Amino acid sequence: MLKQIEGSHAVAEAVSLCRPEVICAYPISPQTHIVEALGEMVKSGELDRCEFINVESEFAAMSVAIGASAAGARTYTATASQGLLFMAEAVYNAAGLGLPIVMTDANRAIGAPINIWNDHSDALSMRDSGWIQLFAETNQEALDLHILAFRLAEELSLPVMVCMDGFILTHAYERVDMPTQQQVDRFLPPYEPRQVLDPREPVSIGAMVGPEAFSEVRYLAHAKQLQALERIPVLAGEFSTIFGRESGRLVHRYRTEDAETVVIAMGSVMGTIKDVVDEMRASGVSIGALGICSYRPAPLAVIRETVKGARRVVVLEKSLAVGLGGILATDVRMALSGLHLHGYTVIAGLGGRPILKSSLHALFERAGRDELEHVTFLDLNWDVVNRVLERERTTRRSGSIAENVLRDVGVPTASGV
Amino acid sequence: METQIIKFYQTGSFAVGNRLLDESQRSVQANMRRSNSLNSGHRACQGCGEALGARYAIDAAMQATSNQLIAVNATGCLEVFSTPYPETSWQLPWIHSLFGNAAAVATGVAAAMRVKGRQDVRVIAQGGDGGTTDIGFGCLSGMFERNDDVLYICYDNEGYMNTGVQRSSATPPAARTSTTAAIGEEPGNGFGQGKFVPAIAMAHEIPYVATASVAYLRDLEAKVHRAMSLRGARYLHIFVPCPLGWGAASEDTIRLARLVVETGLFPLFEAEHGEVTGRYQIRHRVPVEEYLRLQKRYSHLLGKRPAVATIARIQAMAERNIRRYGLLGEEA
Repeated sequence: MLKQIEGSHAVAEAVSLCRPEVICAYPISPQTHIVEALGEMVKSGELDRCEFINVESEFAAMSVAIGASAAGARTYTATASQGLLFMAEAVYNAAGLGLPIVMTDANRAIGAPINIWNDHSDALSMRDSGWIQLFAETNQEALDLHILAFRLAEELSLPVMVCMDGFILTHAYERVDMPTQQQVDRFLPPYEPRQVLDPREPVSIGAMVGPEAFSEVRYLAHAKQLQALERIPVLAGEFSTIFGRESGRLVHRYRTEDAETVVIAMGSVMGTIKDVVDEMRASGVSIGALGICSYRPAPLAVIRETVKGARRVVVLEKSLAVGLGGILATDVRMALSGLHLHGYTVIAGLGGRPILKSSLHALFERAGRDELEHVTFLDLNWDVVNRVLERERTTRRSGSIAENVLRDVGVPTASGV
Repeated sequence: METQIIKFYQTGSFAVGNRLLDESQRSVQANMRRSNSLNSGHRACQGCGEALGARYAIDAAMQATSNQLIAVNATGCLEVFSTPYPETSWQLPWIHSLFGNAAAVATGVAAAMRVKGRQDVRVIAQGGDGGTTDIGFGCLSGMFERNDDVLYICYDNEGYMNTGVQRSSATPPAARTSTTAAIGEEPGNGFGQGKFVPAIAMAHEIPYVATASVAYLRDLEAKVHRAMSLRGARYLHIFVPCPLGWGAASEDTIRLARLVVETGLFPLFEAEHGEVTGRYQIRHRVPVEEYLRLQKRYSHLLGKRPAVATIARIQAMAERNIRRYGLLGEEA
């Protein structure tokens, strides 16, 4: 059924259709609307046979999810940013225990300085946790990925994080096609755990493993992700049969055939990039885009296959490996080994900085002339940066960098007005 | 008719000997059909108070629930000595997740049981004092506050023993640990610090809070039974001596667990909805020195030049407990 609703509500409805049995909620922007909506559904009885638990922290949210999932319940939670970091220990633990928890990450920057707006630093900080991480381009895909996530998670006994851009998707009112309960039930069978806490069959879960077996256990975590690489396209195929649309593939290619320049990105920025690709194609530039939906497992072979005929790859990412450059770009490089093409890293959209079509036009044109720096910070205000660096060089007690930058860019402050 | 007073007490204590009682009145541990939840063969040290405490408590909880019990365990000695894969001493479904989240994991298990209509299955969470009073305290308080249907058991040996005897917020004043050396102006752990979590649990006004000691088996078992007869958040804080961490002889575990009560240093009581409903009254009152003397962690207080003032401060703590909880019985 077509609906014009907020992204968060679309996700909440989709999660509800998946018949979750335990939901744990802790507020953090921009994820809150999802659990608020689910809380209302449970309280009103619209979503029955579901326990909704208001916990005291994100660490507790993931811990409650671990307990519920280990006891055989289909379990969901949502978080973002600092919340994801606060639960980090439990995030790794859930993956290590092989618990098919599904969690939404409403992608948001990480402080300090505190910043509530969108980028991908939070999700990417958990890239090695063992979770499957899927990135949504649109609200429709965000909704669909949750249904796919439960199926994939339970099939593989692995947790799945559905990443959707905070505010840009979570708070945008868009048209979505909401599936019916019958469709979701057809796609998602009841959860049958591989191992469960049950007095009828006592097992010990989560005991210590020493050097004699730890490497094998870790390899098998990797092997599961490789299985996911095979299962995601298969499940996406099944999904499109039942729901009548494409969602949740490993990657989304856009005009990449014969493209000399391939732009690689994740999440909602693909919309802007596709517009720019169309406009540049119209003026004869050979350019295409590749959206990564499955960040973990990393679809290295598909990336390689897509770009092997190109002359250059521009990885545009909303994340920064401080002291290195790009995070996604470093991953993509794994796929390019032995290919002779130019690779550019572009750090863009940090902390909610808009990624403008005009900026992308200029960027891709410079890339086309191979004039880009190895690592580019899109729309960086160099004047301000240089002023801060100069101040730090000349003054010992130079104060807070964050505050100085804001003074220098001329944002009115209480003392300055 | 001539009568004779028969004392049912075991030597050195006021515990009634099992063999003198009717079978229905005997302790769970004396019952041939006890579940032996923490089975033999584990790797605990000789004289480990925690191993005793865990077996006593879980066996009693198993009996109270007709074996419909799931245990969640925090990281720590109990987790490590009982389970390295592929071996396990646990005879009930058991999960270890992290150091600081046992209470929250137990909340999740309880929620799953409720949603699946398995309300006959009960949930306990357990951890040491570090996992309870320090790193797991946030999750513990959250579980209490929501009144989740979990019995949390803290085995308190007054320090981080698994990592090599470091100070926790349950380490008593003056005790030497590897992070509170017995040197300087105030040797050992400082005074005026630490927290008594049973009192904090009571402040949550949860249905049941109790303290117990491994020297008082029947009292401990009765408290577990009481706890399992109630729904909602419950807390049991069990005093468990650690021979290794305290520098005590293995055979003194029960003696220490008794002396700590008889001195008044560790009050045994129960409380329901924030109000004390029962207390164990001291019958052989002993000065704290008798308790301290058996432990190397206090040896700096008791050498050739005893730290009289410090011992007096510890004695004052005992007096305060006796006053606060009304611990003096008739025979003291």
